[in-house]
Formats: sequence, C-alpha cells, structure tokens
Amino acid sequence: MNVGNEIGQAVVVCVSAIFTQNILLAYFLGLCPFIGVSREIKAAFGLGLAVIFVLTCTTLLNWLAYHYVLLPLGLHYFRYILFIIIIAAFVQFVEMAVERYSPFLYQQLGVFLPLITVNCAILGAALFMVIREYTFIVTIGYGLGSGIGWFLAILAMAGIRQKLAHDRIPRGLQGPGITLILAGLMALAFIGFAGVLQGR
Amino acid sequence: MSPNGAPTGPRAIAIQGLWRDNPIFRQVLGICSTLAVTNLVMNTVVMCAALVFTVSLSAATVSVLRNYTPRNIRMMVETLIIAFYVIIVDVLLGAYWPSMRANLGPYVGLIITNCIVMGRCEAYGNSHPPGGAFLDGFFNALGYSFILLIVATFREILGMGSFLGMPMPFFGGPAWDKWIIMVMPPGAFFMLGIVVWVFRSIQQSREEPKK
Repeated sequence: MNVGNEIGQAVVVCVSAIFTQNILLAYFLGLCPFIGVSREIKAAFGLGLAVIFVLTCTTLLNWLAYHYVLLPLGLHYFRYILFIIIIAAFVQFVEMAVERYSPFLYQQLGVFLPLITVNCAILGAALFMVIREYTFIVTIGYGLGSGIGWFLAILAMAGIRQKLAHDRIPRGLQGPGITLILAGLMALAFIGFAGVLQGR
Repeated sequence: MSPNGAPTGPRAIAIQGLWRDNPIFRQVLGICSTLAVTNLVMNTVVMCAALVFTVSLSAATVSVLRNYTPRNIRMMVETLIIAFYVIIVDVLLGAYWPSMRANLGPYVGLIITNCIVMGRCEAYGNSHPPGGAFLDGFFNALGYSFILLIVATFREILGMGSFLGMPMPFFGGPAWDKWIIMVMPPGAFFMLGIVVWVFRSIQQSREEPKK
C-alpha cells in the first residue's frame, strides 16, 4: 500500500473515530472520568485537552513498542504490562516537563494528568490499535480521532449538565443516573453520523 | 470496625460490597470495560467471572505485600499485580475458549484499568490483612456482577429475544418487535441509567425512616 492511500485511510479512520466509532459513546471507554469530571465546562475542557495529547502520543509510542520490541521477541502477551508502563511513564514525564517549563499550562492541566493513567480510553485505544492491525500512519489518525471524540463528548456533557444544575430531577436519578441517560441520548445522536461515512 | 470505618467481619464486608457501597450504583466505578459486553448474557457471565477472579486475588496479593511495598511506588506495584492476574485470565481464555476471547476483544485486557480493581486495592487491600481483603474484593466484584447481569438480561431479552442464546417464549416469537436499540451502545447507557435510578431509589426509601 502506498503512502497516499494510507493517509487517505488515516483520515477516514480519524473521522469515524470522532463520530460514528466514538471511543466513549460506542465503546464505553473512559466512562469513570466522564461521569466524575463532567460537572463543569472548565474542568471538562482541561481534561479533554490532556486526553487528546496523551492519547495520540501514547498510542504511537505503544505502536512502536509493540511492533519493534514485543513482536520480534515473541512476547506479545506481555503487551498489557508494557502498554500500561509506557502510559504511566509518559504521563509522569509530561507532568514533570509541563511543571518545569510552563507553570501556566501546569495550573490548567496539572491536576488532570495523573487521572489519565487510569483512564481506560488510553489503554483501550492501544489495544484496539493492535487488534485492528493499523499501520503507523493510520494509528496517527486513530489516536488523534479518538482523543478529539472523547474531548467533544465530555465537553458536550459538561455543557448539558451545567444547564441541568437548576432543574428538578428525581432524587434517585441525580448525579450518575441522569448522566448515563444523557450519554445514551448522545450516543443515539452520534450513531446518526453513520451515514456520513458510508458515502465514501 | 477498623479505624478508618471499613468493616472487618465477613458479614459486614458482604453487606458493604453487595449493597451499601455497591460498586455500580453507589460508587459508579469501573463500568467502562464491562458495559460493552452486556449485550449478551454469556459474555457478561465470563467477563464477571474474570473480574471476580482478578479483584479478589489482586486485593489479597496487595494485602500480603503491603508491608514490603514502599509507599510512593505502590500504585505502580498494584498495577503490575493486577496486570499479572489479567494476563493469566487472558492466556487461559485464549487456550480453552478462543471464540469467547475474540468476542470480548480488548475488554479483558481493560480490566487492568478498571477503576474498581484499583479502588479495592487502594481502599481496603492496602490497609487490611489478606483474608479480609480477599473477601472484600470478592463481594465487591459480586455486587458489581449482579447489577451487570440484570442489565445484560434485559438487553438480550428485549434486543435479541433470547436468553443465554436460547429463544424466549414470547420475546423470540413474531409477536415481539425486537428492540434493536437495546443491543446497540445507547441501550447500554439507558439500561444502566435506569438500573442505577431504581436501586438508588430503593436505597433512599429504606434509609429515610431511620433519620
């Protein structure tokens, strides 16, 4: 397959990862922070940006590690451990770098970075990348698309929940209950994008 | 009761894990990796069994090693312990039930980042003896499993008209127009939202008279 072809495929994978195959609404990955941190837009925005950055970079690092270290050595069942170590180390490294060079960015994102290590979306994207046998270029599109998709979903949810704050909701439904039902409605809406990609 | 308010007797641990602090409708932790497999009851059963195995054993292991683990790297150690058990599950599934492993896809591996596993290790395993930690993990995972099984049962019956793959009397017949939406992702969100609603309401109505 030539490079032009692959770039085209990467764009398609990227768009579908944002909308129809949204990592949060279609694969349920990263739900815990989605429910926990979607109370206000500012926090959701910060966390979403951090996820885009970390997800894109770690998915690429994991691709390299998987294809150049694990496969040649025949250790592919160690991938869980290797992936999680790479993610944890990367997040730790970014946190230190941001703290050192950009205090402003650290104030915005600092608290969210440690949270990301246990965000299942990051590990999930790495595992999907392995299962679907993406090439390196397609993986760029996939990582970026998944991150943006997650960002959009949590931002939309935070906006809706801020509006909901003054509404009267049945007591049992308050908090996680209503968030889950809203997520269901959003998932329905995102499925509607399926037609956009079928034209290709 | 121990100093930090966590229960120590087996009975108290069971009630805490299954009902009072149920991982799903009280703590809303760790639903990520398992919600995706609740479209079929069979997948859910296997997934929950894997989860019970992982949570109880890794909480016990963390507890055995708690006096030898340096405080500041304990998260890393816990993650590695959890990953170790998850790999066992993954290899076993791959050897004896490859089709099920393909069905579950990446979600077996995602048990590692399932917040409930880490949550139990941190909240209980870290500060209690191994026996109690094992029970605590076991009952929390059971409390988690039974809610997911309820979700899966409704989704499979309403969406596919079957239960464990067998056609149901009324729902499998022509009289029932299958709710395809239930086996699609939105169905999982709706179903779980409703289940959380119902159980929280029951819990709240029971707590009220005591106040």
